[in-house]
Amino acid sequence: MTDLMQVLASGVLMGLVYALISLGLTLIWGVVEIVNFAHGDFLMLAMYLAFTIYAAFHLDPLISLPLVVIALAIFGVIIHKFVIRPVLKAPMLAQIFVTFGLMIFLRGMAQFIWGPDYKAIPDPLVSGSVQIGGVYLSLPQMVAGVGSVLGAAIIAWIVYRTELGRGLRAVAEDREAASLMGISPEKMYIATWALGAGSLGIAGALLVNFFYVFPEVGGVFGLLAFVTVALGGFGSVAGAFIAGIIIGLVQMSAGFFIDPAIKDIPVYLIYLLVVVLRPQGLLGEF
Amino acid sequence: MLVVDKLSVSYDEAPALRDVSLEVTQGELVAIIGANGAGKSTLLKAIAGLLHPDAGSIRFDGQELAGRPPYEIVGMGLALTPEGRRLFSRMSVYENLLVGATPNRDQEARQALMKEVFDLFPRLKERQKQKAGTLSGGEQQMLAIGRSLMSQPRLLMLDEPSLGLMPLLVDQILETLQRLNQERGMTILLVEQNVREALEIAHRGYVLQSGRIVAADDANTLLHSDLVRRAYLGI
Repeated sequence: MTDLMQVLASGVLMGLVYALISLGLTLIWGVVEIVNFAHGDFLMLAMYLAFTIYAAFHLDPLISLPLVVIALAIFGVIIHKFVIRPVLKAPMLAQIFVTFGLMIFLRGMAQFIWGPDYKAIPDPLVSGSVQIGGVYLSLPQMVAGVGSVLGAAIIAWIVYRTELGRGLRAVAEDREAASLMGISPEKMYIATWALGAGSLGIAGALLVNFFYVFPEVGGVFGLLAFVTVALGGFGSVAGAFIAGIIIGLVQMSAGFFIDPAIKDIPVYLIYLLVVVLRPQGLLGEF
Repeated sequence: MLVVDKLSVSYDEAPALRDVSLEVTQGELVAIIGANGAGKSTLLKAIAGLLHPDAGSIRFDGQELAGRPPYEIVGMGLALTPEGRRLFSRMSVYENLLVGATPNRDQEARQALMKEVFDLFPRLKERQKQKAGTLSGGEQQMLAIGRSLMSQPRLLMLDEPSLGLMPLLVDQILETLQRLNQERGMTILLVEQNVREALEIAHRGYVLQSGRIVAADDANTLLHSDLVRRAYLGI
């Protein structure tokens, strides 16, 4: 029983982080109609940035988080302006090559700057774990879970409760009609990249407290984000959130009850099943 | 108010409009009629900024529109209710109206406009929390018109507002447009396939055939002209 509770708790905490990571991916897909294969590598940059700020100024990632968010948002806008915008009207294959190429470039650049070694924050501000009713909860993971919920809530609030969010949803549903209503699609694209990449700034600064960072770390989280978005439904914010938690739970359960080495297998099995049985995902509208 | 001069537009080299000139003055209700593929929608899209003309000019209150993006043009007071309504079906009626009000940042002005739209279409007020995609065809058209009105246009262009509606609703929608024009002084440029109904409410009309204007006259004169009677009314 305690084992089960332990797995559930860890699964949900990790799932919340996956949910936050996949929000950006689903937003960018929904509004800009670009599949960003470099999404996980934006997260890698956020983690390295938080790590570097720590290494240089001994500033804890939880404190430098706002800086990392702003830096990532700016980075997202720059990528949009110089890399994505030129291919917005290009064939889908060209768009795939561009974001795939960006992924390889970012990994290479990270290896060049930070080297191939795994890096971690040796003494994070929040560390250790607490015991609640026999269940051990790692404090950094709890902080990451709570932070992810807050981050996701802010994004959901922007998307569903603000004028900007209405504009984003209008462009996502019908770009031409939105422009007839006075909305500049380009402005919405910029806002989407800022939001999508900025949310990875939150996730990166939270993750680096308990997860190693290395040039390929984006591959792990990027792939999970794709599975999460596919399961939740491309373009659906609520779907990404629910799917993130499901993925976290499945991963932790498989790792605990079967073998940690195969924890990702059921996750990708779910992905295959979703693609075959319900391609639009749980709450997808496309 | 709106002066289109020798406008030519093409899709991938294939000409869709050639040397089209027309004029709409303040307070008028002008109808453009013509068969499928005559270029009626192309004309409205070019005026609204969705298509870029090859040649010619489009002037609105003396300002050139050709080359400006749609989101700027609507801010200048020229709104288009597009063909097929193009509502944001996943948003509520209320949100659709708010999106329509994008050019107008003033919250009080928005609420006042919203009230006007609800006065015009009480049905929308009842359904304001409902998703636009769940409305009936007639209600969707009301919402599409209401959404355009939220930008406070001085000239309202409508592309086939009666498309896909049953005859009773067609009359209702066109009557509403006539009221908008007569009671509120809204200048309207209307594209319609329901030739008779459109010419009955319009002041003037243009007949578009294969991308050219072949007749322009008082709506009543057009309605009784041989050209219109033979080609569109089947008399």
